Amino acid sequence: MALPKVKEDTTEARLSSLSLPEGGGWARAAREDAVQRLRISGLPHRRDEYWKYTDPKTLTQAEPQPAALFETGEASLFDRHDRLKIVFVDGVFDPDQSDDLSLEGLEIERLAEAAAKDIHWVRDHYGVLESRGQTPVARPLATLNTAFAEDGVVIRVTGKVSKPLSLIYVHNSETSDAMLHHVVKVEEGAEVTVLENGPAAARFNTVMEVDVARTGAFHHVRAQGRDHERRAATHIFAHLSEESTFKSFTLSVNGQLTRNEVVVEFSGDDAVAHVAGAAVGDGDFHHDDTVFITHDAERCESRQVFKKVLRNGAVGVFQGKILVKEGAQKTDGYQISQSLLLDEDSQFLAKPELEIYADDVACSHGSTSGAIDETALFYLRSRGVPEQDAKDLLVLAFLAEAIEEIENRDVAEDLVERLEGWLSRRRG
Amino acid sequence: MLEIKNLHVKLEEEDKQILKGVDLTVEAGKVHAIMGPNGSGKSTLSYVLSGRDGYEVTDGTATLNGEDILDMEPEERAAAGVFLAFQYPVEIPGVGNMTFMRTAVNAQRKARGQDELSAADFLKVVRERAKELKIDADMLKRPVNVGFSGGEKKRNEILQMAMLEPKMCILDETDSGLDVDAMKLVADGVNALRAPDRGFLVITHYQRLLDHIVPDVVHIMSNGRIVKTGGPELALEVEKNGYADLVEEVA
Ligand SMILES: Nc1ncnc2c1ncn2[C@@H]1O[C@H](COP(=O)(O)OP(=O)(O)O)[C@@H](O)[C@H]1O
Ligand SMILES: [Mg+2]
Repeated sequence: MALPKVKEDTTEARLSSLSLPEGGGWARAAREDAVQRLRISGLPHRRDEYWKYTDPKTLTQAEPQPAALFETGEASLFDRHDRLKIVFVDGVFDPDQSDDLSLEGLEIERLAEAAAKDIHWVRDHYGVLESRGQTPVARPLATLNTAFAEDGVVIRVTGKVSKPLSLIYVHNSETSDAMLHHVVKVEEGAEVTVLENGPAAARFNTVMEVDVARTGAFHHVRAQGRDHERRAATHIFAHLSEESTFKSFTLSVNGQLTRNEVVVEFSGDDAVAHVAGAAVGDGDFHHDDTVFITHDAERCESRQVFKKVLRNGAVGVFQGKILVKEGAQKTDGYQISQSLLLDEDSQFLAKPELEIYADDVACSHGSTSGAIDETALFYLRSRGVPEQDAKDLLVLAFLAEAIEEIENRDVAEDLVERLEGWLSRRRG
Repeated sequence: MLEIKNLHVKLEEEDKQILKGVDLTVEAGKVHAIMGPNGSGKSTLSYVLSGRDGYEVTDGTATLNGEDILDMEPEERAAAGVFLAFQYPVEIPGVGNMTFMRTAVNAQRKARGQDELSAADFLKVVRERAKELKIDADMLKRPVNVGFSGGEKKRNEILQMAMLEPKMCILDETDSGLDVDAMKLVADGVNALRAPDRGFLVITHYQRLLDHIVPDVVHIMSNGRIVKTGGPELALEVEKNGYADLVEEVA
């Protein structure tokens, strides 16, 4: 089927602005395959059902919109934690700011290096989960990433890793257009925590493919940088085997356009996946969480908890789907998406979906949108708490349910502390 | 201490006059009770004094130690010493009870130019006062009033009052929904706070609370006015004969 003209033009324009990265046999093949797939799917367009609430134009056009740098004057987010730091500046690996890429319990390498080798374990994974994640709904920005991302990290986790891997994305150029592609393979019984933070680039496109083997565990906490004008499209593709665990949490404050997609496939019984997000938007802010969870095994538990606080015309989007395939009995699927609208200019658009082909499952979903609770606000103020502090307290309370999904309490505390600071500073 | 003169209040949203000229003075160190049938305007008076939205003062004044409180924000009134124990304490999911109280105590200290209490100092005091009210550690940890029984909510109000040490304590039907033991606890909590520089306005529908918190003055409110004022014996009269006689007397 031929692509509509507008899609073909956008896709070709984008393709001609890029060139395939250096790299030998396996990487070249995977990238060329992705280019072919992209020519068939085409880049997304506003008219696509999946992009009904979010205009992908600035994500797909050949050149990125410039984004002013935002000086926060804050210490790096996860500073107090012992962690393995891996730093990218505008999408380019920075060896000087990064730690040595070695840690007990894992093999870690830059994608650029792995791609230069003829044989590498990652060849069986790179682009594979991304490609599987293209049905039933196409995610062409991820395909674009597979084709053109020059770097990233590829990680094989073989044991219980003692400290988190911390991917730090520094934004230094107002016109940077960065793509990173990470692959994480968690072997049987192994366990790792990956932290991501920073604004990354004027325009950022990341893919993380995560394969968790039997009884393995993957924990992910991300804080997308506060640069107001940044744009980002991110994808996480997770493939879960028996009794494995996948937990991902994202905090987004500011950013002109963010589309975070998480695609989870349960293929082994008794696995658990929790995907959560807290977003705080003020003004020119469009934040889209799109989640697709496929249950193709028995007794798996999936949980989606997304909270958004919006004001001054900020827009929040949630598209969450739970697909329970035939035979995926005893599936426990839960999904909640809520927004707190601090004024009438802001809006929240939600499309929760359940599609169930098994008969013995417990799935529920809910979506709400509301204003601050005036009675609670008065109660707090009557106890002497000033109005703005009281509102901040209620905002944090609203976000708490999502933040509670983070298993590492210290990391959760860091995020809450930062949020408190950000909320009190943006007053006026 | 608290001086209310000719207070007229209507609802902001509709043309409904609720308080129709309330005059009332609570002296420092005294306990005044307001009794009256449902719908007479008791809660409205307590809300107007603490600054809740939705009411419009059309005439009259209310001052605390000479300061006009009606122009203040609710938090300013709190810092000035006004405290309302709510008839229906509010549940706030996601905000821990302890965090809530510490935030409130420190906000008031800050407003008065005092240093904030350290977490440790606060903890020590709150534990002591909580114990007296039989509030366990779990209730302090849980979100504000969430999952609390009616009696627990009321005791939690008194705990907040004890922590904030207000000048003017207004208790709106703190006895409703309490069994005898809980009422005793609450009354003991209130009595412990009685002090020469502190005033109390105890709103109640029934006389029984006043057996435990003995008032100096009792007012009867009806249809937005104080229709009768007397000593504790007035409460007993209500208990015996109901409101009908009293209200009719003046009608
Ligand atoms: N927000 C409101 N909206 C509508 N009616 C109200 C409101 N607040 C109070 N009223 C009315 O005002 C009158 C007095 O109410 P209230 O002060 O609660 O009385 P009390 O506490 O003495 O029972 C009642 O008729 C009540 O219905
Ligand atoms: Mg009442």
